[in-house]
Amino acid sequence: METLVVFFQQLINGLSLGSIYALIALGYTMVYGIVMLINFAHGDVLMVGAYTGFYVLHAMGPSPHALALSFVASMIVCAVAGVAIERFAYRPLRSAPRLNSLITAIAVSLILQNGMRVLPFVGPNPRQFPTMPTVNISFGAFGISNIQIIVILVSIVLMLILNYIINWTKTGKAMRAVSFDMRAASLMGISVNRVVAFTFALGSVLAAAGGILFATAYPQIDPTMGAMPGLKAFVAAVLGGIGSVPGAMLGGYILGVAETMTKGFISSQFADAISFSILIVILLVKPTGLMGTKVRVKV
Amino acid sequence: MSDVLLRVDDISIVFGGLRAVGGFSCELKTGELVGLIGPNGAGKTTVFNMLSGVYTPTEGSICFTDARGRVHSVHEKKPFQLSKIGIARTFQNIRLFGNLTVEDNVLIAMHSQREINPLDAIFRTPRFYRDEERLRAKTLELLALFKIDSKKEELASNLPYGEQRKLEIVRALATNPRLLLLDEPAAGMNPQETQELMGLISFIRKQFNLTILLIEHDMKLVMGICERLIVLDYGRTIAAGLPAEIKENPAVIKAYLGEEAMIDA
Amino acid sequence: MKTTVRMRNFILLAAVAVAVVFLPGLLIKIGVIDAYTAQIFTLAGINAIMAISVNIICGVTGQLSLGQAGFMAIGAYVCIWFSQAMHFPLPLAMVTGALFAAVAGFFIGFPTLKLSGDYLAIVTLGFGEILRVIFVNLKVFTGGANGKRFTTILAASADIAWIVIIGTLAAVVIFLQNFLRSTYGRAIFSVREDEIAANSNGISVFKYKMTGFVVAAFVAGLAGALYAPFIGFVKPDLSSFNRSVDYLIYVVLGGMGSVTGSVIAAFVLTYLQEFLRFLKEYRLLIYPVILILVMLFRPQGLLGMKEFSFVRAWQRVTARRGAKDVGK
Repeated sequence: METLVVFFQQLINGLSLGSIYALIALGYTMVYGIVMLINFAHGDVLMVGAYTGFYVLHAMGPSPHALALSFVASMIVCAVAGVAIERFAYRPLRSAPRLNSLITAIAVSLILQNGMRVLPFVGPNPRQFPTMPTVNISFGAFGISNIQIIVILVSIVLMLILNYIINWTKTGKAMRAVSFDMRAASLMGISVNRVVAFTFALGSVLAAAGGILFATAYPQIDPTMGAMPGLKAFVAAVLGGIGSVPGAMLGGYILGVAETMTKGFISSQFADAISFSILIVILLVKPTGLMGTKVRVKV
Repeated sequence: MSDVLLRVDDISIVFGGLRAVGGFSCELKTGELVGLIGPNGAGKTTVFNMLSGVYTPTEGSICFTDARGRVHSVHEKKPFQLSKIGIARTFQNIRLFGNLTVEDNVLIAMHSQREINPLDAIFRTPRFYRDEERLRAKTLELLALFKIDSKKEELASNLPYGEQRKLEIVRALATNPRLLLLDEPAAGMNPQETQELMGLISFIRKQFNLTILLIEHDMKLVMGICERLIVLDYGRTIAAGLPAEIKENPAVIKAYLGEEAMIDA
Repeated sequence: MKTTVRMRNFILLAAVAVAVVFLPGLLIKIGVIDAYTAQIFTLAGINAIMAISVNIICGVTGQLSLGQAGFMAIGAYVCIWFSQAMHFPLPLAMVTGALFAAVAGFFIGFPTLKLSGDYLAIVTLGFGEILRVIFVNLKVFTGGANGKRFTTILAASADIAWIVIIGTLAAVVIFLQNFLRSTYGRAIFSVREDEIAANSNGISVFKYKMTGFVVAAFVAGLAGALYAPFIGFVKPDLSSFNRSVDYLIYVVLGGMGSVTGSVIAAFVLTYLQEFLRFLKEYRLLIYPVILILVMLFRPQGLLGMKEFSFVRAWQRVTARRGAKDVGK
């Protein structure tokens, strides 16, 4: 009976954590699908979002209005950051060997992290993210907190909006076309540069939301906070099938639950290791991911 | 000597929902020069890819007899293993090692014929220098046959197109093959170059005791040197036989409809 | 190559190697070079070996490994354990450390290199980080987060440290260059150029990628096994991603296809790091900025795919002298 309780509690925790991973994984998978780049800096965009939210909440004091405003503010800031990074660091290297873009992405990630450390009003020390008082709703032995409910609901809303954009709008169609074949899409009159910029902006918006939700759930923020969640979210994207939007969502939730289950049943120290073990396993068993398709090379 | 070198039994390959090649069979006897022809997209290169291990057929079997008389199941092997037992190929879109020299391109193909081990290389033993000399000498011989030996220090990507195609063939020859698969060797060549190529192919066939399977669109070359032909359309064999027969075959003419101009030798 | 030319090249390179290894060692011993400078440049030697390790993987697989620091840490900890707990003589413990790293390389490389795609970067990144967590938790073996002390003759004696470490560096460079300038090197370059063509011409692509990866892991383990006795102290963050990035920077700046380039970059940057200490936090910002600038404006780094050749330098020097005589 005890195990069942832990199981359901960790399931709830996992859905909450998984929502955040899913939001971030979506950014990775969309960017990879379109320009075949692992955007190492994506996790750090999450960090920028969290800090933006921090300053808004600090200025306005914690309240539901302030929280909503912090979402909007950080989404704008991160979208701008994402587009700028793409424009100045990645676009010039689009025709270069992929290795070069990967190295640049790592460099951008380090610049974001160390840049924030150096900024006088930020600094390397962790800050406390102003969060709302926790209210627990219990179902007997296990329960769900208001924060977790907000995390899950906000994530679902954002994912639904994303789904709408991708599948029901012209821009979304353009995104899908470019991810299929960039050259053909440009020959069809699609502005590839604009579509790529839009994709980065979209991913960054989700990362911003993810950042605030993450900071709300785990209120200590510091300049390196984005690295681990970013990495795990990437693993989630690979798990679901890199390039696949539903795959990223699925991967995020699976990874979140796997991590919390490990925390609950084995030990919290191994929780970090579980995501990489999942990575190795999926690459061994089904490298294209759960929802990915095999790409054939024409010889 | 007319032993069966290659026996292809009813091979098919399916990509997603598309059956790119269906029920292809053929038999090659040692020393033959056979042409594989058909309109674009008929599946000819796909057949080559299956014969050289790049693709694995979803059905059927392919058996190859090596120089020692052993029979191998081609469809279970990878390209580098097939190269070692005597199957060599060239590519439709040239795949040279562009940033390496002409000489290196050929030397690489002889890697499996080395008689040294890594320690010889690391410690620069006399055996290492002897082996390098041997391989370089052989390379020069092959390049000279095709008259590109003077360019051995040039980067492969700097060669004119016709010579790049020749280099691909030299590289394939360097692997000591029994079966040579040539994928559109005359593509992009003018009539003069094509004539020269025809002579070269006949020459190497005799000189190196090769069996050659050749994909080509240039009907002059095909009719000129092939002993027999297999015609593919939409992944299936629609005709097979002597060039003279194939020329008159109504199914073949129908498949090539619109390209009748090519079928007059 | 004619035997006389071969002999001349051999003598030239041997002379350079001996000079580079023993001359500074002597200068350190008699105090002309002070211990502080000696330590910086000896550390640079270790960094150069690590840079070569990253370079091998980049060059052979065309992919990025972000976990070489992990192999270094394995080499370090295993060397310490076999020396302290199993009482191996130090050289044997060092080789054992490198071998363990090579084995780890085999197990990491095997599933990952079978795949096409950029997975190597992520897998090796994860490997390095998991290793760090494991090392922190295996307190009995590693001393946990506080690290492990390992005093040896290398830590005590700067001249011996120089000779051993730079000697190893010279040996690695020489053996690697010999290996690359042979049919094996050509096979490796062909894999980098066009895998499908290489495969069709008798080169087992997977075997060579694996060989490159395992050799690179061995070299990294060797660097770690030299680091531990030299610095005298090992902490789990030796395995971290940040350190792997440091070595990557040396390779990018030196030229991703150039072994000598990586060595030069490692020495220059290690020295610069000490020199730039006054910049404190801003130092961490400068390196990635330089990385981006290099990627955008000079992606081939310092030497690109060329190697600095003592033989060619000698020829140029003697040719100039000869021309001067003729001019007279």
